[in-house]
Parts: sequence; structure tokens; C-alpha cells
Amino acid sequence: MELSLATRTIDEHTVLEVGGEVDVYTAPRLRERLVELVDSGARNVIVDLGGVEFLDSTGLGVLVGAMKRLRVANGKFGLVCSKEALLKIFRITALDQVFPIYPTIEAATQDGDGSGPTP
Amino acid sequence: MATVRLSFSPAPVHVRTARLVGVAVARRAGVAEELLDEVRLAIGEACTRAVALHNQYGLPDLVTVEMSDSDSYTVRVIDHAPIEASIGLTKLPPDELAAESLTDEDLTTGVGFALLAGFVDDLKVSPVADGTGTEVRMVWPVQRR
Repeated sequence: MELSLATRTIDEHTVLEVGGEVDVYTAPRLRERLVELVDSGARNVIVDLGGVEFLDSTGLGVLVGAMKRLRVANGKFGLVCSKEALLKIFRITALDQVFPIYPTIEAATQDGDGSGPTP
Repeated sequence: MATVRLSFSPAPVHVRTARLVGVAVARRAGVAEELLDEVRLAIGEACTRAVALHNQYGLPDLVTVEMSDSDSYTVRVIDHAPIEASIGLTKLPPDELAAESLTDEDLTTGVGFALLAGFVDDLKVSPVADGTGTEVRMVWPVQRR
């Protein structure tokens, strides 16, 4: 399935809903969209991976890049993911210790300080 | 034993094709359904790595994926980049993953290797027998039919 990207705003949060396959071919489009969001002033960015069917190292690299970009801009970055297959990828790469990962959009938008979900 | 061999130009768009073929052959070979997501990811990572190396060195040569089944399902992904490019494959610790000094390319390489090592119990990276290049060999068990 092709990559799909949709942006919406919840309070002060910019939520990027990602769907389909994020791989070496489609990841540049995701990077481009995230750069656009940050460059246009978004500082609380949540990437919702609920519709993602495949995610590889290139996609993970793009997400880390966006987090770094926001860190430089004093912004916050978080992920929404509840799929075990994707969570396993974050665990294996140790990126679960790098990203705040929330089970739902509600949990992500209610975490005011961006410290991550309660264990 | 059946063998399926796929060769493709080193372009990102073809990696998905390799994944689809690799999973289709795995399913037919008898790889357990619950392992297919891992097969898909591992073949994708190995092919992504090969495509990146060919592009890095400006090599137009085809990347080859060979899938065979006998007592197990074996996938070999073969590139033709200089062998030294494969040295330094390592899993990155968490505190380095988000370091500003780490380039996107190094991050993706490190994460890609972590995924390969994490998802493939039987993984071997070695120089190709003839000429220049590296072979990533991955093996999964098959169920008796």
C-alpha cells in the first residue's frame, strides 16, 4: 500500500497521520512533510503510526531526524503506536528508549511536558 | 529444492518488489505465518542496504536476491560494492541513536543492522565468492508439509 499522509491540529499539537508502507522509497516523502511542518512553525508534533503497515530503518531514520530537528527548535516530538509488530521494531533497535511512544492520540496530547507515557 | 532468483536495478522503488516476492516464496516454502512479517522486514533491510551501497559507489550493477527452500528457507542478497563498505556494521546504543553528531546515513545503517540481527536468528554477512561484493544470507525454518 502506498504511503498516505494527513495532518490535523488538536489544541497546540500538530498530528501527522501516516498510513501504508514507510520504506526506502516512500520515506523521503515523510521526511519532506515533517520538515515542512517544522519549518512552518509546528513545535508540538505527534506522528500517528496507526495506519502504518510496514516500517523499515529508513523510516525510523526519518523519525529520529524529525525529533532532532524539533529538539533544536525547542519543540516536542512523540509517536502514537499500539501495533505490536511496530513496537517490536522500536524495542529491537532501542528506539523505544529514544522516542516518547503513546498508545493513543489522547494520551499523546494530554502529556503536557512531553516526558512520555506512564509505564 | 526450488530456487527463485530476482535481480533488480539498484533503485529504492524495487525494494518493495523484492519484499513481496520474498514473502510469497517464503509462504510457499512453508515458513510459519507468524514469521512472515520478520521475513518481509529482513529482506527489505538487506535489499535497502545493497541499494544504498550501490548508489554510494555509483554502481549500476544489479542487486540479486536468491530464495531457495529445502530443509529451510534461505535468502541471499548479493551486492557488488567494495567489501570494506560492509565493515563497521554494528548496533548502536540508545544514547548514540539520538546524538546530533550521528549522520542520517549512519543512523539508518546502524538501525538496519540492528533489525537484521534482531529478526534473523541465522544471519551471515560474508564476501561474495567471485569478484567484489557482499552476501547477506538469512535462513528461516520451514514447517513440514
